[in-house]
Amino acid sequence: MTAATTTEIELAGVEKRFSTPEGEVHALARTDLDVRKGEILILLGPSGCGKTTLLRMIGGLLAPSGGELRVGGRKLWDGERRDGVAVQELGIVFQDALLFPWLSIADNIALPLKLRGAPRATREAKAASLTKLVGIQGFERRWPRELSGGMRQRAAIARALSYDPEILLMDEPFGALDAMTRDTMNLELQRIWMETGRTIVLVTHSIAEAVFLGDRIVLLSPRPGRIDTLIDVPFARPRSLALQSTGEFQAIVKQLRARLEAIS
Amino acid sequence: MSAPPPAVEAQPKRRSGVRLEWITTPLLIVAALLAWHAYVTEFKVSPFILPRPMAVLEGWADLLRTRSTWWHSWATVYETIAGFACALVAGVIMGAVLGKIPWLERTLNPFIVASQVVPKVALVPLFVVWFGFGPTTKILLAAVLAFFPIFTNTLLGVKSIDLGHRDVMTSLNTTWLQRFRHLELPSALPYILTGMEVGIVLAIIGAVVGEYLGGNQGLGYLLIAKMNAYETDMLFAVLIHLTVIGFIFYLSVGLLRRFLIPWHESVQMERRGR
Repeated sequence: MTAATTTEIELAGVEKRFSTPEGEVHALARTDLDVRKGEILILLGPSGCGKTTLLRMIGGLLAPSGGELRVGGRKLWDGERRDGVAVQELGIVFQDALLFPWLSIADNIALPLKLRGAPRATREAKAASLTKLVGIQGFERRWPRELSGGMRQRAAIARALSYDPEILLMDEPFGALDAMTRDTMNLELQRIWMETGRTIVLVTHSIAEAVFLGDRIVLLSPRPGRIDTLIDVPFARPRSLALQSTGEFQAIVKQLRARLEAIS
Repeated sequence: MSAPPPAVEAQPKRRSGVRLEWITTPLLIVAALLAWHAYVTEFKVSPFILPRPMAVLEGWADLLRTRSTWWHSWATVYETIAGFACALVAGVIMGAVLGKIPWLERTLNPFIVASQVVPKVALVPLFVVWFGFGPTTKILLAAVLAFFPIFTNTLLGVKSIDLGHRDVMTSLNTTWLQRFRHLELPSALPYILTGMEVGIVLAIIGAVVGEYLGGNQGLGYLLIAKMNAYETDMLFAVLIHLTVIGFIFYLSVGLLRRFLIPWHESVQMERRGR
């Protein structure tokens, strides 16, 4: 029973094949993986290792070619069909913020609620509390183009959280940001995670980001994509940026880098 | 922590005084009128070829005082708006449908290209045979001319919707209608408005050309009547009148752009004074 309640996402033999004009591509080999409730799980790997493919299947954007994928105990995919209830537990943040340019920041954040038919008062209250949570209060009435990249990504996180999904899926969410903003966003994400207690699956190709944020790191190897190593990151929370210069941190980074070089 | 949003920067130029074009436009018009006047008096050009600018302006004032002018104007305006409205509805619906259904677009594309390259004005005799000399023929010509820019721009707009935005909508589990209302329509709107800006001008051309060839009302008819009467100054006056009407139409669509897509770069640029 304990195992069932602590597992949020369950992958059993999930795989993905694409047929292309050049023939079939085996993007992801049969994969078993459990994501625990409330953890930050990192998918790390070189390009072409299928980490984004894996995330898109978990996110309900891409149907697996085989295997079974459960979200909150519900089967997410039935062939090409998605389970509408399971999808509600997923919030996705992409590499680009992908805010809608014709909506104000507040309306962007509250759009998922609007699509669910929530009244205006509810939407405004939610947008107000979320802008506060992600640290962009005061920008509710601005157009997305008026905000910096980091702030837009904060708004995208707020949008993904607006309908209170249990799980936050993030596909290289800070990959398009400069290094300093990226450090700040890593700290902010940790804070948001600690305040909301969501389960997070985050794709990255930055080893430092992986070790800094992750409770566990899944290292994927390419052609076909498959799980190579799964490591636990032992550091206590909240972690500070200073952690990155400690010997223990560097040791894990080094270990992962050596493994990455060996497989790619 | 992060940089302040860029658009907070003070609007340049605008506050410090009048916009440049508010001075240059009247100046250039006056200069052109003076040159025109000088040319006509210096070379003693026949008023049947080129009347004096003052005669033209007086002619226009006369025109504005004449009741039948307004009746003719209304005919042209009505044909333009009716034709444009038909083109708008047909263009947006066809553009949206073909943009959504790639195989249908591929199937119909040769015919669309063929109908594009037909000189539309050449259809007028056919329309006259079918619909006579009444307003229908002119509305139809205006509609046919205005249709293509609206259609092609809508098609382009629907096809250039960001794939990432589609993913966002998919992840939010939207219905077909929600996707159209909250993603496809607002995405395509800037393109549709660009098509409308071209289309409204073509609709006026369609109405006027239609009036050349048949019937006894409209500013196109008035132009031909003035030509036949050798009233060149009045011919110019009608031309000015038409230009003003065209301007009003064009500016109305521009206003619509500001109202409908205030978020778009094209509007933001204008606000900041280019």
